[in-house]
Amino acid sequence: MALDAAMKRRAFIALAVGGAAAAALPASAQEVQDIRPLVEAITKGAAPEEGGIEISLPPIAENGHSVPFTVKVPSPMSETDHVSAIHVIAERNPRPAVATFHLGPWSGRAELSTRIRLAGTQKVTVVAALSGNRFRIARKEVVVESAACLDEGSLT
Amino acid sequence: MLGRIQVPPEVKRGQPFPVRVIVQHPMETGFRRDYNGKVIPLNIVERLACRYGGREVFRVELGSGIAANPYFVFPVVATASGEIVVEWRDDRGQSGRVSALVKVA
Repeated sequence: MALDAAMKRRAFIALAVGGAAAAALPASAQEVQDIRPLVEAITKGAAPEEGGIEISLPPIAENGHSVPFTVKVPSPMSETDHVSAIHVIAERNPRPAVATFHLGPWSGRAELSTRIRLAGTQKVTVVAALSGNRFRIARKEVVVESAACLDEGSLT
Repeated sequence: MLGRIQVPPEVKRGQPFPVRVIVQHPMETGFRRDYNGKVIPLNIVERLACRYGGREVFRVELGSGIAANPYFVFPVVATASGEIVVEWRDDRGQSGRVSALVKVA
């Protein structure tokens, strides 16, 4: 009787473990996506200038569910020369467009903080739209030890 | 929906001050499954905007890449004492609003 129950339990565990592994497979295959169309949709063909954006991300994030993110674009933030929008793109997320922030001269500074989700180790891209149809682009690499969206065991 | 806003107790006219906002929201990505294997449907805050001094001073369009319980810190130049209001709306039409009083010295 006891042996029978143990066998059943063993079979159940095998099934459960196998199932979990199968479920994890497609998720771990999350590919880096080509974000160029996204960037082009923002710049509408204009060539963005490289750099000129400070991105703060932890070099290693233990958990991709909530990664502190700060972006700073040095700018006088005057009527004629200011940052009007900041776009955040995560190339390995299933939906790479993370967020778009709208600012203006009334912001005084172009500096934002939030918490983002990252589906694995990747480069986070920031595109800043400046007045006069100018753009800046910068990237920051972040190592994510446990990705967001993928593990099913984090249900709360 | 619940949220919280925080501004410094006193700000200087003409100087930018930080506004902190946190919204209580699951930000479901639509990729997770519950323990029965059923997909948990997408449910995210799509838009959050801040009004101060009779104009919109900050807006964000969120995707599922923003962590649960969205948190933002953004600067606003102090113009006059008054109310600062942050409003948001999710993809199911649920909305929320928080406000604080800005005291300009």
